[in-house]
Amino acid sequence: MKYLPDMEVINSDMLERVVSEMEGYDYSEFTAEDVKAALRADVLSPRGFQALLSPAAEPFIEELAQRAQAETRKHFGNSVMMFTPVYIANYCENYCIYCGFNCHNKIRRAKLNEEEIEREFIEIAKTGLQEVLILTGESRKMSDVKYIGEACRIARKYFNVIGVEVYPMNSDEYRYLHECGADYVTVFQETYNSDKYETLHLEGHKRIFPYRFYAQERAVMGGMRGVGFAALLGLDDFRKDAFATGYHAYLLQQKYPHAEIAVSCPRLRPIINNESINPKDVHEKQLLQVICAYRLFLPFASITISTRECERFRDNIIKIAATKISGGVSVGIGGHGENGEEKGDEQFDISDGRSVQEVYEAIERAGMQPVMSDYIYV
Amino acid sequence: MKDIFKLGDHEFTSRFILGSGKYSLDLIKAAVENAGAQIITLALRRAAAGNVANILDYIPKGVTLLPNTSGARNAEEAVRIAHLAREVGCGDFIKIECIRDSKYLLPDNYETAKAAEILAKEGYVVMPYMYPDLNAARDMMNAGAACIMPLGAPIGTNKGLCTKEFIQILIDEIPLPVIVDAGIGRPSQACEAMEMGAAAVMANTAIATAGDVPAMAEAFKKAIEAGRTAYLSKPGRVLEKGASASSPLTGFLEDRGEA
Repeated sequence: MKYLPDMEVINSDMLERVVSEMEGYDYSEFTAEDVKAALRADVLSPRGFQALLSPAAEPFIEELAQRAQAETRKHFGNSVMMFTPVYIANYCENYCIYCGFNCHNKIRRAKLNEEEIEREFIEIAKTGLQEVLILTGESRKMSDVKYIGEACRIARKYFNVIGVEVYPMNSDEYRYLHECGADYVTVFQETYNSDKYETLHLEGHKRIFPYRFYAQERAVMGGMRGVGFAALLGLDDFRKDAFATGYHAYLLQQKYPHAEIAVSCPRLRPIINNESINPKDVHEKQLLQVICAYRLFLPFASITISTRECERFRDNIIKIAATKISGGVSVGIGGHGENGEEKGDEQFDISDGRSVQEVYEAIERAGMQPVMSDYIYV
Repeated sequence: MKDIFKLGDHEFTSRFILGSGKYSLDLIKAAVENAGAQIITLALRRAAAGNVANILDYIPKGVTLLPNTSGARNAEEAVRIAHLAREVGCGDFIKIECIRDSKYLLPDNYETAKAAEILAKEGYVVMPYMYPDLNAARDMMNAGAACIMPLGAPIGTNKGLCTKEFIQILIDEIPLPVIVDAGIGRPSQACEAMEMGAAAVMANTAIATAGDVPAMAEAFKKAIEAGRTAYLSKPGRVLEKGASASSPLTGFLEDRGEA
């Protein structure tokens, strides 16, 4: 797919490397022996990562979880970071058929002005949170870089850690956002299968698969400290997408050793009455398998668990492999105001609506330490 | 005679430095007490601005706070964080951490030495965390460091003294306290480091992730004291390889009369 004229092209072969490894990944060839060898390994190779993502690893889910837990403890101790996403606009120029914000969906569109953004931040800061993730729909026209930058500047007044999850940009634009106070960039590739990608993303800039793929690299080039990766598991073959996500992060860290790596694990939920039919469905057990495999392949990475998952799953996964959890989440526009009234509609339904305080207490009950900030802007 | 551990102009009787990351605040207090620690590290990035007082509440009186520069990727950032530590009232001690590898968190000795030089000139008690390299250790010393803090193994791994031979070289060659930091997973490993002649040991993950945090803190305390006592009492000669009763190479010196 061709880049549009204003899109920066960088010199990198990472896309070809990720796609060719992913295409060569035949998970049906892995055996229980391969899984056992991977579980014994001190450092997990890409091939071992493939073994742990294969169906052959499913019977070993308890061992996998125990190994993942030990690895998480080594790198993070008992800490669990807390944050909340803040949606400041839901205008979108893309037509992604699975997303509530897509440009053809008839929802209430809104964009917070600076005053409203500040009011949101004031409300959130009252909960004690120190980290926010600023999100917009993907519309350069309605939410331009300057607008997002202003939101970051305002956020700096109230929070210590600022991430953005917005449309992919050029490296100089990331540099601008970094100067405004943001230091983390998350971009979901959704699926690494470019053919499937085309059938899911029918309109908008997002159609340019490689431009999206190289967003994290451009962000690091622009001076961002950390970058986040994710495939929306269940859009395509989740095992291959999970492998590509981890391998993408792995290669980026090799090329930019100082970059902090984060992985998110969103999934499309299987349709309830269709459970036995689709082998590509991501049930909780498979999601757990993927998260544990991410942990063992990228022991140093921050792993975020979404409010798409329920309280029970989230409270348990932070004991095993996830190290970052949101609380007090609203995925609509302006949902944190005094009466919590939203100006624009939500992106998706959340399954865990607990407040920051409730999540904080749940972390403590799990014997873990809630951490509001482990970061310093320098 | 009292066995005093000196850092700059400061004197301590405990040789156990405790990390404070990775576990909850109320456990820190118990750990400090059971460890008998007089120095505790504090990551400034964890103690976000305005939050330092809160953490200090959990640290018993009389314990020296050792802020570190974690989060710094180069000398310039480390210096900025050190300045911030002073501003928020953390005193003059600074543990320099310059890390630009997010995977293994290995320190960058080159940047660390640069930061050590700047901060020592500014009057800090500089404690550089480093990879155990003799040349770099000399640079730290010449830069004015108060001690050196070589790693035993990659941080958090609990693998023990993987770098033992190189730490021994530093102990033998560098006339500054050598504090083994990172990688110490068990009291026995801490004891071994002290027997080798390390001036002190620092541990964090090993205690933070123990089933019983206060008890593990106490076990480390005892191990460090045992190792120190053993070092001071000069261990008896232990031959590593089988010794031979006769002198196959030098026996000829006794044969002079036969010529």
